[in-house]
Amino acid sequence: MSRLAYIGIAIAAIFILAAVFAPWIATYDVALQNLGPGMRYASPSAEHWFGTDGLGRDVFSRVVFGARISLEVGISVVVVSALFGTIIGAIAGFYGGFVDKFLSGYVFNVFLAFPGLLLAIALVAFLGAGRGKLIAALCVIGWVGYARVMRGQVLKVREYDYVLAARALGAGNLRILFTHILPNAIQPLIVQASLGMAGAVLSEASLSFLGLGIPPPAPSWGTMIEEARQFFATYPHVLFFPGGAIALTVLAFNFIGDGLREYLDPKQRAR
Amino acid sequence: MLLVIWTVVSLVTFLLDIVPGGPAAAVLGESATQEQIEDFNKRYGLDRPAFFFSYDGDKGLIWNGIDNRYADYWIGVLHGDLGKSFKTDRPVRDMIFERYPATIELAVAAMLVAIGIALPLGVLSGARKNSVIDNFASVFALLGISLPTFVIGPFLVYFFAVRLGWFSPTGSYYPEDIVLPAVTLGAALSAILTRMIRSSVIEELGEDYVRTARAKGVSERKVLFKHVLKNGLIPVVTILGLQLGVLLAGAIITERIFNWQGLGLLLLEDGINKRDYRLVQGCVLVISVTYIVANALTDLVYRKLDPRIRLS
Repeated sequence: MSRLAYIGIAIAAIFILAAVFAPWIATYDVALQNLGPGMRYASPSAEHWFGTDGLGRDVFSRVVFGARISLEVGISVVVVSALFGTIIGAIAGFYGGFVDKFLSGYVFNVFLAFPGLLLAIALVAFLGAGRGKLIAALCVIGWVGYARVMRGQVLKVREYDYVLAARALGAGNLRILFTHILPNAIQPLIVQASLGMAGAVLSEASLSFLGLGIPPPAPSWGTMIEEARQFFATYPHVLFFPGGAIALTVLAFNFIGDGLREYLDPKQRAR
Repeated sequence: MLLVIWTVVSLVTFLLDIVPGGPAAAVLGESATQEQIEDFNKRYGLDRPAFFFSYDGDKGLIWNGIDNRYADYWIGVLHGDLGKSFKTDRPVRDMIFERYPATIELAVAAMLVAIGIALPLGVLSGARKNSVIDNFASVFALLGISLPTFVIGPFLVYFFAVRLGWFSPTGSYYPEDIVLPAVTLGAALSAILTRMIRSSVIEELGEDYVRTARAKGVSERKVLFKHVLKNGLIPVVTILGLQLGVLLAGAIITERIFNWQGLGLLLLEDGINKRDYRLVQGCVLVISVTYIVANALTDLVYRKLDPRIRLS
């Protein structure tokens, strides 16, 4: 695998460890306010590694706990939507005909007709905010991406000679699907999953930035950026650290996806 | 397409029914009396049944006839009427179409920025894999994808508006004020497109027909532009169509950062924050329908580009 993929795995591992062991890593209580003199928007120091925010809360501790929120939402969304999407996409591509017409011509289009973020915003607007509702909304939209990729791959692969040969040898539908089509379709799915993870982390932060995601005082990175935005020109550190955390997390999953794609695809590796 | 639009309108209609405690209580607040709530429901037709039939525990299924909110909304939509705002009493349609051009302007500008950056960068880096320009494109693409709009936006404002004073920090006072929002909104798309075009070009360059073309002595430039690009752009067109929806939704964040008076800001500030559910319904509907129409157009282009794809 490429060096960048290992860097990605390393960064992701750091964030995952931070998320898992957040209570032991964080140096302060995330909700602890300190409005004393010089404690609001304090610059990074030995005491507060990433400085403090507008309420005198420790930014480092909040970024560490923010990792927990981001990864929890991201992993939930990717696992649920990938499983569901792959199954539906395989069914649509493999059976074709009326099934495909209904699934890709109607169901996919209905779900794709709502841009992901908009549906999440609409659901949250009518339903109210909350972590479970947020994850559900992102899954409802997320699965279609996997289904589309899977369907496209199945459509492409099922016409190949070796699949026809397998069929001529008497292989059943399920056998062809699992031993011939799925291994060929897995690479774009992995890339989709890496992008999906990055996308879910971004979506959670975006909704929280708009005040529609995880409600404060929970230290979501998006909420932290929204709170810091107005004072960015004077106190850049308050926006810089959560912004950097989002960028690094997303970057890490992109590196992993890219590295895996090149590793798994002998065509790309050979050149 | 019509079927999809029908489904979207239906879903939007039912959004009102998932408001916990009902819209009247949410709009009027906790201090509202029963009388005020009834008055509100009557004024906006919310006292009528939700659908053609309803379910009652004792009586079972009840047929409500045409006299229901679902039919009301449909009749309104077909007459170009999206109902009246719960807060201002103004027609939602007028409120939306005052803001609509600003958002379309922003989305189109962002898409132009994205294509303008991604097409040359993607093709060059794909054709010259592992070269300097390829590495530059990779770094650019990764930054563009990883950095969220709400991080890029404040940085751009800080450098180009506050420090250099080239543009207004927020709002739109001069024609050039669209540049920062368009770049902010288009950055992620340009990054995605660059990656797509690059990997597409690399994949197509490995196909047999390219080897055949080269073996026949076709020049490298012709191979790239005539053969590879024509095939390689097919997945890109799909992504572009899908991304328009992301742009329209992403415009909400960009509009918030730059105080750009578009549909997104209307949805967020006047709709969601003030609990004007009728306005939220209208905004969601208009954004979705815009996206559906754009998607249908993408499909047409897709078919045109690749006759091999049997869409049926």
